[in-house]
Amino acid sequence: MHNLFLQLRDAPVSAWVGMLIVAFYAIIAIGAPLFAPYAESASVGAQYQPWTAPHYLGTDILGRDVLSRLIYGARNTVGIALATTALAFTLGAVFGLLAATIGGWFDVIASRAVDVLMAIPPLIFALLILTITGTSVVALIVVIAVLDSTRVFRLSRAVAQGILTMDYIEVARMRGEGLFWLIRKEVLPNAAAPLIAEFGLRFCFVFLFISALSFLGLGIQPPTADWGGMVRESAKLISFANFSTWQTATFGLAPLLPAGAIALLTIGVNLVVDWVLHMSSGLKE
Amino acid sequence: MNSILSIVFKRLLIGLLTLWIVTVIIFAAIEMLPGDIATEMLGQAATEESLAAFREKFDLNRPLHERYFSWLAGAATGDFGISLANQRPISELIGQRTANTFFLAGYAAAISVPIAVVSGMMAALYNGSVFDRLLSNSTLAAISFPEFFIAYILILIFSVGFGWFPSLANVDVDTSLGERLYITFLPAMTLTLIVLAYMMRMTRAAILNLLALPYIEMAHLKGIKRWRVIAVHALPNALAPIINVIALNLAYLIVGVVLVEVVFVYPGLGQTLVDAVSKRDVTVVQAACLIFAATYILLNLLADILSIIANPRLLHPR
Amino acid sequence: MSDILLDMKNVAIEGYSDRQWKPIIKGVDLSLKRGEILGLIGESGAGKSTLGLAAMGYTKGGCRISGGQIMFDGQDLTTASRNSLRKLRGKRIAYVAQSAASAFNPAFKLINQYCEAPVQHGVMSKAQAQSDAVELYRKIRLPDPDTIGFRYPHQVSGGQLQRAMTAMAMACRPDLIIFDEPTTALDVTTQIEVLAAIRDIVREYNTAAIYITHDLAVVAQMADQIKVLLRGEEVEQAPAREMLANPQQTYTKSLWAVRDFRRAPRPPREDGESTLLDVKGMDASYGTTKVLDNINLTIKRGSTVAVVGESGSGKSTLARVIMGLLPPIEGEVIYDGVPLQKVGAKRARGLQRHLQMIHQMADTALNPKQRIKDVIGRPLTFFLGLKGAAKEARIRELLTLIELDPDVFMNRFPSELSGGQKQRVCIARALAAEPDFIICDEVTSALDQLVAEGILRLLDRLQRELDLTYLFVTHDIATVRSIADDVVVMQNGKIVEQGPKDEIFAPPHAPYTELLLSSVPEMDPDWLTDLLEERMTAEQSQ
Repeated sequence: MHNLFLQLRDAPVSAWVGMLIVAFYAIIAIGAPLFAPYAESASVGAQYQPWTAPHYLGTDILGRDVLSRLIYGARNTVGIALATTALAFTLGAVFGLLAATIGGWFDVIASRAVDVLMAIPPLIFALLILTITGTSVVALIVVIAVLDSTRVFRLSRAVAQGILTMDYIEVARMRGEGLFWLIRKEVLPNAAAPLIAEFGLRFCFVFLFISALSFLGLGIQPPTADWGGMVRESAKLISFANFSTWQTATFGLAPLLPAGAIALLTIGVNLVVDWVLHMSSGLKE
Repeated sequence: MNSILSIVFKRLLIGLLTLWIVTVIIFAAIEMLPGDIATEMLGQAATEESLAAFREKFDLNRPLHERYFSWLAGAATGDFGISLANQRPISELIGQRTANTFFLAGYAAAISVPIAVVSGMMAALYNGSVFDRLLSNSTLAAISFPEFFIAYILILIFSVGFGWFPSLANVDVDTSLGERLYITFLPAMTLTLIVLAYMMRMTRAAILNLLALPYIEMAHLKGIKRWRVIAVHALPNALAPIINVIALNLAYLIVGVVLVEVVFVYPGLGQTLVDAVSKRDVTVVQAACLIFAATYILLNLLADILSIIANPRLLHPR
Repeated sequence: MSDILLDMKNVAIEGYSDRQWKPIIKGVDLSLKRGEILGLIGESGAGKSTLGLAAMGYTKGGCRISGGQIMFDGQDLTTASRNSLRKLRGKRIAYVAQSAASAFNPAFKLINQYCEAPVQHGVMSKAQAQSDAVELYRKIRLPDPDTIGFRYPHQVSGGQLQRAMTAMAMACRPDLIIFDEPTTALDVTTQIEVLAAIRDIVREYNTAAIYITHDLAVVAQMADQIKVLLRGEEVEQAPAREMLANPQQTYTKSLWAVRDFRRAPRPPREDGESTLLDVKGMDASYGTTKVLDNINLTIKRGSTVAVVGESGSGKSTLARVIMGLLPPIEGEVIYDGVPLQKVGAKRARGLQRHLQMIHQMADTALNPKQRIKDVIGRPLTFFLGLKGAAKEARIRELLTLIELDPDVFMNRFPSELSGGQKQRVCIARALAAEPDFIICDEVTSALDQLVAEGILRLLDRLQRELDLTYLFVTHDIATVRSIADDVVVMQNGKIVEQGPKDEIFAPPHAPYTELLLSSVPEMDPDWLTDLLEERMTAEQSQ
């Protein structure tokens, strides 16, 4: 614990910026009903209001308050992305560590299956499967988690294999330690840093992926507020924008606001990940 | 030469095997639709006759494996069957659109590959310079920004703001090449921006790895001129990793094109795929997925084979 | 023309790490006459390679020359322009790296890499350079000198590559060559050929050289002068023979003394000589490659058996088979009268406990995320069921036994320990299981000589106190001489000769043993010359 504080103290500015961004999003997402001035999907004004009080970021095509939808969107988009990442990570890491540690036929079968899954571009695969399953939230989470777990599998398997070549593993095996002990005590502590970093990267990927699907109208379905979907709904406004007045210029920003919200969180997570990776590579030296 | 041929052959075999398994997966998709396809498509109210006619038309009465092989044979010759939704031949629907998609991806590649390789090498050679740091920061933006974010920023600036380029990339068969290049400039730029940073970063990493090797240091210690060390000692060995980087990114481009097509309402295969998914037009989805997946797999295969060939240790076996 | 070729004065070099510049070389003087060979010796981290490279005006990435003067033939390399430095390198000062395998560009044939420096420096034409290369390849006694240059680096063996690199360094007939541990990565029997080749060629062209090595016996063969470095500072310098006969400084003396370590003779055992471990008719292979061929071996209780051989002899595989890490194809291991399961995991815990192994690299043998008390504590719990205070008390005992202060070391992580300390912890971990039999797999070869000696003394003491039996796997004959009772010589997976140490080391030897023993460099400066003469006459008489 003391160690962690020391590392936090020495964290570079970029890592702090990243952590602040992530914390900001977390607070918004958790306390969404407290911060949002209006309900998530209620029509509260005229269509396409400009940015004036009481709708500080205007209203959308159905007269819903954009600011409120942005705030709820944090909860929905980030929440679903987090759940998906957690599932993908559990699946991938468990199978990856097992494949590396057990080896043999288990490793061969698992690795070949992953090779085939990864041979198809994930977006294409997801579209194919969502055609069949339809676009429910559960289907979305499961499909993306399974597809994404392949990358976690590859990484955790590679990391574990690197660790398993170490002599201390041989020592433990000579002692007759069981599989569970090997993974928990010898492999995991040494794999922690790259796996944490990978969690961050996977989250970014999943988050962007779900946003992309929603943008295509195939992800999180309305009326649930979701950033990708908000970009889609407000996309055509951009052609009405002109820079003659401040009010009309905001039309151009309509799709950029939710898109920017996505971009900012991804940047924040990436900054933190970079720092974690840097720390873990520094420890090796 | 024998060993390298056998390695290439093996890789080729694995690639084709993967492709075959993928066709099976894609074909199996239609079988996994819940319920009966005919009832699903025609609705509960459909008469027995119309259901039977539908089954006849879509060949649903023959056994699974027969249908698979006739589908595969058709696909190999460009005949993907009939659309479930509007009952037109799929090849008619997607022929021109596939060409459009490859055009756009090729356009983006033609811009991004030379820039990425040259600037990636510069960044590696001037490691730690302002240019290098600028590049590594731009990579962060590129991996963090969703494709549509970049697209809309470009539209806002160059289309809405300056009015230089159209925001909709409407092309048809009659559009001339020059006009086509102009109209699709913003989508191509979007794609370029998406892959550029990746490619530069990977090229830079490949070269940096190489420059740290003892034989490069040895070349310096032999008093060889700097440019010669790079051109003669580093480049031939960097070829394999750089080829790999390019092919991987081309594969990525082919997929990234889907979103960009939707943003710019560009009549390409990606747009068709997205429409078909929302209409649950499975046969069209299968066709589009097969084209995308096959291109992706073949490009990856090409990357692997080229980097095997470029490896001197394999090229000149013991 | 001045007699002094290279004159380095008060040279200081710094390296950048942990966000600050730290000194690597702290003001060293070095001067070299034309045609003179200076041996630069020191342990790892002494800065000998850094100093050697500085003689070319070159530093590795992340290092800088922070002070002093490097005069090469009247030109100061610290202030020389990049271009004038480049014109010197390869042409007047050449470099021979430790690992020829990675210092040759894999994409080009040897002869093209040979020709590059002379052609680029405008010394000779490509055709001239090629015929010159063949001549040098012949002089340096490479096989097939006419054609070997047309091979790619990975198509040539390690010892041949190292000679080809020496030839390459010679291409422009430089005034000075820096040899950076050129034979460290080679087996002893290969090393001889390379040493002889280097010495001949350097003498023939009267080239000055800086010969960097950590091996005193090697430097004794090569150098006119010897300079000893310690942590970036000079300890002393003297003409080679003088230095060997009469080192002045305590540190130098201690380096010399290491080679004299002999353990005290053992009193005969009261219980007579009983067999502890028996290996019978052992065959093993990796995939389809056979690595062990009909190994028969008997180890007596309380004795130390040394298995010697060069890389690829199968000596480490033998250790792995005994420990049950690699199941043999044929044959069995009998421990104290009980046949052991081939797979270690299937052996009974109480039985496996008696067999322990200590690895070569303590760095990778300790989990970096476990504290020392956990490293040693685990076998205590696992094998002996110790917990709580009893466990802690035993950990303290073990740490004291290996001469580490428990209060200081118990809560440390491996990264906070030196190489020797880590190896001691590995020993403690093996002892924690209260074994009878310990396999020591090259336990000292990654360590500096002084530290290695400490480990050998510790192992010797532990054997006496705890009645341990050792199987010592090593390539180092000096280690065998100092610690073994019985010796097993292995080559290509077979046992060439085995028996009590005194018998094996006394003539007559089996031919391979003879080659192996005679190839180990000795501190005598005339050793190489004498040996080569001896071998020559032996060849002629045949």
